Amino acid sequence: MRTRHQSKKTWTPAVGMIDISNHRFSFSLANEKFGLRIFLAVITSLFLLLMISYQIRMKLSDWDSLPFPGLLWINTAVLILSCIGFQWAKIAANQNNITRVKITLLGGGLFTWLFLFGQMLVWKQLNNMGFYLQTNPANSFFYLMTALHGLHLLGGLIVWCKTSIQLFRDKKIGDLSLSIELLTIYWHFLLAVWLVMFTMMQLK
Amino acid sequence: MAHVPYQEALPLHEPKSFWTRYVWSQDHKVIAIQYTLTAVAVGLVALVMSWLMRLQIGFPGSFSFIDPSTYYQLVTMHGMIMVIYLLTAIFLGGFGNFLIPLMVGARDMVFPFVNMLSYWAYLLSVLVLMASFFVPGGPTGAGWTLYPPQAILPGTPGSDSGIVLMLVSLILFIVAATMGGLNYVTTVIQARTYGMTMMRLPLSVWGIFMATILALLAFPALFVGGVMMLFDRLLGSSFFMPAVVSMGKMLDYQGGSPVLFQHIFWFFGHPEVYIVALPAFGIVSDIISTHARKNIFGYRIMVWAIVSIGVLSFIVWAHHMYVSGMNPYFGFFFAITTLIIAVPTAIKVYNWVLTLWQGNIHMTVPMLFAVAFVSTFTIGGITGLFLGNVVIDLPLSDTYFVVAHFHMVMGVSPILVVFGGIYHWFPKITGRMLNDTLGQIHFWLTFLGTYAIYFPMHYLGFIGMPRRYYAYEGYQFIPESAQDLNVFITISALMVGAAQFIFLYNLAWSAFKGKPAGSNPWNATTLEWQTPDTPPSHGNWGDRLPIVYRWAYDYSVPGAEKDFIPQNQPPAGENPGGAATT
Repeated sequence: MRTRHQSKKTWTPAVGMIDISNHRFSFSLANEKFGLRIFLAVITSLFLLLMISYQIRMKLSDWDSLPFPGLLWINTAVLILSCIGFQWAKIAANQNNITRVKITLLGGGLFTWLFLFGQMLVWKQLNNMGFYLQTNPANSFFYLMTALHGLHLLGGLIVWCKTSIQLFRDKKIGDLSLSIELLTIYWHFLLAVWLVMFTMMQLK
Repeated sequence: MAHVPYQEALPLHEPKSFWTRYVWSQDHKVIAIQYTLTAVAVGLVALVMSWLMRLQIGFPGSFSFIDPSTYYQLVTMHGMIMVIYLLTAIFLGGFGNFLIPLMVGARDMVFPFVNMLSYWAYLLSVLVLMASFFVPGGPTGAGWTLYPPQAILPGTPGSDSGIVLMLVSLILFIVAATMGGLNYVTTVIQARTYGMTMMRLPLSVWGIFMATILALLAFPALFVGGVMMLFDRLLGSSFFMPAVVSMGKMLDYQGGSPVLFQHIFWFFGHPEVYIVALPAFGIVSDIISTHARKNIFGYRIMVWAIVSIGVLSFIVWAHHMYVSGMNPYFGFFFAITTLIIAVPTAIKVYNWVLTLWQGNIHMTVPMLFAVAFVSTFTIGGITGLFLGNVVIDLPLSDTYFVVAHFHMVMGVSPILVVFGGIYHWFPKITGRMLNDTLGQIHFWLTFLGTYAIYFPMHYLGFIGMPRRYYAYEGYQFIPESAQDLNVFITISALMVGAAQFIFLYNLAWSAFKGKPAGSNPWNATTLEWQTPDTPPSHGNWGDRLPIVYRWAYDYSVPGAEKDFIPQNQPPAGENPGGAATT
């Protein structure tokens, strides 16, 4: 109430009643965590628009859905494993258990590389089966969406590399627990994006 | 949680050398200047292009190097540069960077390194765009909306490499805008100083803040559209490309939807109008209040108008597509939302006028530009109501009426605010005043000149003169007298363009030789005028962050000693820097 008076007319009697603590509308978040959330909103907008375009394009007559190689299910499992790794690393970082952080963080990252490798294998399989990018809009969307998703993971892996190098060099967790937490949030988010896209692409 | 002490305790990156201070700088003020100078430089290129276009229309065939292809390239690049690389960059990257930390009482943006990257990505995007002038085939001539299929088909100028460079440049720009935007939003939410509640923020910050949110959510649409079109152009997919016979040859494309691109493009394109307009709204509010020595009328409703315009701007996009064909109910829906968005906009115009009402108006150069904005924006807004209605839009679509409308509302109006803002804040940026006489000359030439350019265009549009034509000779439905108007418009455009060089001269001269400004030449209340140093030093505030006790508009307060009370001035009975005693 007091700040409300201030924003109206400062010459009203409320002039002396000042709230300088400024906690309204402020979040008790680290800047990086807040910034990451905004970034996730941007990525959500990106993939949402892509998926809406997919739905619209799908309704046109020349749409011909892709066969989904079984490898995609394995890739999905691998991505889930990488997320488990990151989640585990986050918990271990909170407990200050550096050995476990090292193992789980490394595991999370390696499973992600494996996921990306698997996605490229899927591309190769589809190519071998004759489902080229330009053959059908369903194919084009598949390649585009998996590529964009993979690029986002690749961006995350750069931060993962930086964090891992620091962890192995400094041999202490300290400030890195924030980085690990941010990585975990980012990975969970990209897993969610993948699951939604993957489900959508199963629609005929 | 006491959040400000946390922000205050964060380390500040001290520049160590000339390079890190002025080139690879992480200081928001330097980055703001870098953004502004780059935007102005690329804007000059677009200005010269508009001259060439107008010369072709006013005096057809006088220049042998302007053939129809060149003309389309000029139109396209002029539009794209002005909207994206000048206005968006200067409002968010220039004003946003300079004003946000100073106005909210922060030492810098919260992610200075990302902020620096943002500028360099922007510069790269500009360089890629400029490179398209030097590739075989030249820049794209697809129109700034880049509609497929023609944008990537042979026959359209620049369909070899120009369009590819344009799309790559846009993608880079979006990356830059996202990195900048993350900073602006996070800084406004997280790094406000003691006492700076959201409802004490100056309206400039509100405008830039909301515009940034729009940019963060709308630019991904352009990104998606751009990437998909790149796929179509380079990899042969058919997202947007239908089966086409081009130059007598059947192409491999099939089944794509050009209208899908239009939806994606305008889902970005309409918020883009407000990405440019909302910062202008905010800056004008601050300039008018300061130079009329009166508190802004209806601060709260001004804030809510900014917010509601931002939200509504996402559900009006298809009013750009009435002639593309759509379900009549869609047309009805988008016409209604378009008219609704006029309500908060009109509230803002009323409030600016009511702020001026009985104010102690100082007709300084920034104030002249601000008042001129209210005039041009009202004219441009009213023609927007015409075009927002389907039945009126259909006959006026693709005529000079549309050209007049969008130039008034999102060309002239925001650029007047850019000028007003620069005249207003130049003393804080450099410590020197801009020359007033040159400023007056610049203002009157620009203001009257832009009316001379765009007002007649409304009439040309009414008599049916189509836009985007290379020449207007031999069309039965266009009276010959229209050409006289075209000549008049061209001469006006040349004069207005020339007037901008007076401004540039003024900037360069005053930066070194201008009258010293002191720390607060306009007797303004907002925090940026209360810095211990002018220009503000790295870190802005010396040892302690300022403490804010009041809103940003305490002008002519009854009984007060002076006609303005700075935001950080404690009320009577309060110890500066101490906790409230009452």
